[in-house]
Amino acid sequence: MSSETLISAKDLTVGYNVGKGFFDRTVLKAVNEVSVEIKRGSFFGLVGESGSGKTTFGRALLKAAPITGGAATFTDGQVSYNLATLAGDELKDYRKRAQLIFQDPYAALSPRMTVRDIIAEPLEVMKLTKTREETDARVREIAAKCRLNLEHLRRFPHAFSGGQRQRISIARALVSGPKFIVADESVAALDVSIQADVLNLLKQLQKDLGLTFLFISHDLSVVAHTCDHVAVMYLGRLVESAPTRQLFAAPRHPYTKALFSAIPSLDPDDRGSAQKLVGEIPSPLNQPSGCKFHTRCPNAIDKCRTIEPTLENPGDGHAVSCHRWRELLGAETTA
Amino acid sequence: MTSLIDVENLTLSFRTDEGLVTAVDDVSFSLGKGEVMGLVGESGSGKSVTAKALMQLNPGNAVYDPRSKITLHDEGREVDVLSLRKSAELKIVRGGAISMIFQEPMASFAPAITIGNQMVEQLQIHTGMTKAKAKEISIEMLDRVGISDPSKRFDQYVFELSGGMRQRAMIAMALSTNPKLLIADEPTTALDVTIQAQVIDLMKDLVNEFHMGIIFITHDLGVIAQTADKVCVMYLGRIVEEGPVREVIRNPKHPYTRGLIAALPRFDDLDAPLTPVPGDIPSPLERPTGCVFHTRCREIIGDVCKRDLPENRWVDPSHRVACHLHAKTPAQTEAVR
Repeated sequence: MSSETLISAKDLTVGYNVGKGFFDRTVLKAVNEVSVEIKRGSFFGLVGESGSGKTTFGRALLKAAPITGGAATFTDGQVSYNLATLAGDELKDYRKRAQLIFQDPYAALSPRMTVRDIIAEPLEVMKLTKTREETDARVREIAAKCRLNLEHLRRFPHAFSGGQRQRISIARALVSGPKFIVADESVAALDVSIQADVLNLLKQLQKDLGLTFLFISHDLSVVAHTCDHVAVMYLGRLVESAPTRQLFAAPRHPYTKALFSAIPSLDPDDRGSAQKLVGEIPSPLNQPSGCKFHTRCPNAIDKCRTIEPTLENPGDGHAVSCHRWRELLGAETTA
Repeated sequence: MTSLIDVENLTLSFRTDEGLVTAVDDVSFSLGKGEVMGLVGESGSGKSVTAKALMQLNPGNAVYDPRSKITLHDEGREVDVLSLRKSAELKIVRGGAISMIFQEPMASFAPAITIGNQMVEQLQIHTGMTKAKAKEISIEMLDRVGISDPSKRFDQYVFELSGGMRQRAMIAMALSTNPKLLIADEPTTALDVTIQAQVIDLMKDLVNEFHMGIIFITHDLGVIAQTADKVCVMYLGRIVEEGPVREVIRNPKHPYTRGLIAALPRFDDLDAPLTPVPGDIPSPLERPTGCVFHTRCREIIGDVCKRDLPENRWVDPSHRVACHLHAKTPAQTEAVR
């Protein structure tokens, strides 16, 4: 682990007990032995279909989902926490340092609170400010950074459009001065014309405040434009992880390739050229043997059905979990 | 191409506590048989309200302007949709000649009735066929849309199906009455990209097979490019641009359409900065005067945009745009150059 690493997860597992009786110990592993290192000041993207475990992984790093296996550490230069055992005062302190931005800005803001009260609430709950004047000053400062004006602070959320609401939730997440932000599908509910605006704002804030983002999204084109590093998850497993450019130039895992080709092309003459993925993501309770992806993989062979591949890192920072990626490298350039 | 449905001067407002809110303003378009039309716009642009007007599905506080006219051409008959009042008459636009697929299939199926019973029920209402025959057709349709083991699925409830399956079942149900027009309201928005690709493929196949007209409502221009023959772009209740899909995407005329295309993250150039359409969508209570888009327009000419409503201008026989940049009078055109 280098000194620049902010979050380091090693074989992180999140399991839920879903047994139907006292003796039934069936465990659903929503996140299964995922290892990532998130560098300080980076914009780390996490993609995958619904049910791939990306949200659960983000929440585990925020101590909002139970870590049942593996280890995760947070090191920001001032403190170093072991997230698996974090509790008590240390956990309270961690809450100031790590925050979440939700997907749906219509559901995330209380309709009965003014924007000022919404943004001030974390300060009051965490007792970060002593006087009302201090709170107000802090709220105004962060609101200005998120391009909200003073007049907005007196109003209620219903008066705002989706983009403005998302800026309010960003301000609320940033008011406690966190270092690490999990943005869970933060632009998915927004219209394209507004989406670009919010993404630009997130990038700007990252630069100005030195933040580190875990950006969870199912939209590869958004991830391509904002993130430095992208990890792809499938059924609780990490299947590929690489710097953005490398991943988009030459994806190695068949799942990543399929995700790319499923994006509808803006060219009306480029219809039907996509490499289609058959079927759907299997239930996490009834996981396939061997490689989790073999049931939908166009390149699956017998080995894939029996032996689970491990994440291999060939030394260029582009890790992949597939038996056949080397063979497939030259064979096709469809993606 | 023979026309399937003609919408003329559709203007619709909702009575609310804050007063009359205009949702659709002077919208006209027509759709031919077997034609796929994309209706694109942001939330609040009135695309769903327009589509629902075709089936008279808007709530009771909707006020239609008397100039509004929707004509459905169904097997030699001409149906004046907005004059239909009795539920027996409305059957033709609600599931008879027109069917609709909604965004969230979980919310559109009744949770406590099996999928099969819901399909049989609507078939019996619209075609008067026997229950046994309706069951046979339903299972056939489920099979056609790619649901494996259709006779088992027939007896299942909606919560037992995955998201993609639900949307397929929804499509099967909408098509079982053999409608002339299918309205698909954001049918793929709630789905993952891989499943979205499957559903789009399925819909393309079905268009070829059943030869019906489709109105495809979405905010995703990529989906439109993959499915539609022509596109209408809506902003704040008005159609600002209409044309063949290639024309509109490759050669957009309206600044809003250009802005929408520029705001899309592109794969070919990862370094290109994202360019949002500036500003926020105005509240429906504060409708801008003149051109509705002038508050966010990058190519605003001047007072004329704030004062006058731009008229619809056909820039070529199939491509029209409502923008002062493309106005007829030479004086204004010169000001742009």
